[in-house]
Amino acid sequence: MNSRIADRIATVMFWAGALVVIIILGSLTGYVLYHGGKSISWDFLTKPPQVVRAGGGIGPQIFNSFYLLVLSMAYTIPMGLLVGIYLAEYAGSNRWTEIVRLSIETLNSLPSIVVGLFGLLVFVNMTGWGYSLISGALALTVINLPLMIRITEESIRGVPASLREASLALGANRWQTIIKVVLPGAFPGLVSGAIITSGRVFGEAAALLFTAGMSSPALDFSNWNIFDSSSPLNPFRPAETLAVHIWKVNTEGLIPDLRRVADGSAAVLILVVLGFNLAARYLGRIIYRRMSAT
Amino acid sequence: MNLLYKALNLSGSEKLGRILTTGAAAIAIISTITIVFFISSKGLSTFLVNGVSVKDFLFSTHWLPDRLPEEGGPQVGVLVFIFGSLTVSLLAVLLSAPLSVACAVFIAEIAPNWGQRVLQPAIEILAGIPSVVYGYIGLSVLVPFIRNNIGGLGFSVLAGFLVLSVMILPTIVSISTDTLRALPGEWKEAAYALGATRWQAIRMVLLPAARSGIMTGIVLGLARAFGEALAVQMVIGNTRKIPGSILDPVITLTSAITMDMGNTPMGSLWNNSLWSMGLLLLIMSFFFIVMIRFIALKGGAAR
Repeated sequence: MNSRIADRIATVMFWAGALVVIIILGSLTGYVLYHGGKSISWDFLTKPPQVVRAGGGIGPQIFNSFYLLVLSMAYTIPMGLLVGIYLAEYAGSNRWTEIVRLSIETLNSLPSIVVGLFGLLVFVNMTGWGYSLISGALALTVINLPLMIRITEESIRGVPASLREASLALGANRWQTIIKVVLPGAFPGLVSGAIITSGRVFGEAAALLFTAGMSSPALDFSNWNIFDSSSPLNPFRPAETLAVHIWKVNTEGLIPDLRRVADGSAAVLILVVLGFNLAARYLGRIIYRRMSAT
Repeated sequence: MNLLYKALNLSGSEKLGRILTTGAAAIAIISTITIVFFISSKGLSTFLVNGVSVKDFLFSTHWLPDRLPEEGGPQVGVLVFIFGSLTVSLLAVLLSAPLSVACAVFIAEIAPNWGQRVLQPAIEILAGIPSVVYGYIGLSVLVPFIRNNIGGLGFSVLAGFLVLSVMILPTIVSISTDTLRALPGEWKEAAYALGATRWQAIRMVLLPAARSGIMTGIVLGLARAFGEALAVQMVIGNTRKIPGSILDPVITLTSAITMDMGNTPMGSLWNNSLWSMGLLLLIMSFFFIVMIRFIALKGGAAR
């Protein structure tokens, strides 16, 4: 009889534990979306921020975040794909592979502030680029590469061996098989992976403080000359992203409507990140369905 | 597309593929070595250039990097920061781990169908919430709440570890759930067949079997909490003193780096000791890797 009562108590306990976790995470998201939702407007999303007056927006920050995302994914995706292919297709079980895996594990466990310090030393100071988008993008690549590699490797391993064997049996060599058979088979997983990785780029802040910098120059959105310092596309200009902006207005902000700006920025940030994660889930599934139907 | 195929030399030999992928793997190794090398060489300059002894650095609480010799001399003891980092992250894990494991067991074993289909994806998606958002909520909700209802300034150890414990919840929950799910179903069935209740099956069969996976999740959570910078920095008050109670402000290694790295001239003792703190974080992350490997090794041997 005792064990039955203990079982009941334990069940209640597990329900309670799960409920607490759900309530915490749910109310947290709800809180940000509710409070921030009120301050999101077209003006807020497009106008530049103010330094001391109220009424500023987050337009340049949103642009910077997306542009940084593009720049950093331009390194992360090819590198991640190649290393992932290497680990899934070529790597034997030997010392060398072990070293590759250990390096990736090390990269993965680096605190992002340490990556930021490395970026400050190498990309900002040694190359002479200063605080710039390109330094930030490279630092983000260091942070995201392990995830991209892992997802690539997993998606490639998920492709049935029979497909590979069929291709090889038809006389294709290994490289042809990888490019024409294995990668298309792994495509849904790769798309999901790339999107999840993008979401992380969007939320990262600690590594960007000392690489992409905490300020943006005045941007002229009609200037598309990428070498001009006021052009938004210039990769060598400093850029404050949305996540960094939230931190900065909260710690050093002088604006009177700090709460409004911070609430709104946090809501936009969460919406984008959740959007990325949901998209990763559903896009992968839709592509898979498309591909397997044809 | 044809051009791409031509560039990838698909019609020719397959050497290109091997070279490209091996090259990329080599770049990954080189980057890792470069990072470790640069952080170490810069971090060691406190000891090699400024002549601070490692013992003073690690075990002294005297943090006076900008004082003249007649005022007590420049001293860089970072025990206060180490203490802060350890306190905040360990307390966060102590709170978060039991809650996460309970939640994971619920998802894997107890929840009806809807629980599994909705909960696990929801938690995985929430794992993507950026840490600054956690910090911001801590700052705008938790800190005033503590100030008004519990006491103190609000900026405190308490606020810091609460924010961190929520931040690492999704990490521990999803890894633990995956491990529990991966256990063979027969083990649970065998326990039931022997007359065990569900609680007994969970306590005596499933949790012990999933122990190494759950421990890995907890260590990863701890590593994340230890290395987190901004979320913590926003809510702990950053006072360079060992806190007397959990309502006192505190400072961590990461928050010290965040605040002072931009304001101190490169090459000064103060700046160098910040780099040494970075090196300390790097060493800690190695320590966590070793711990995870050790857990995996032990878990593997037990089966």
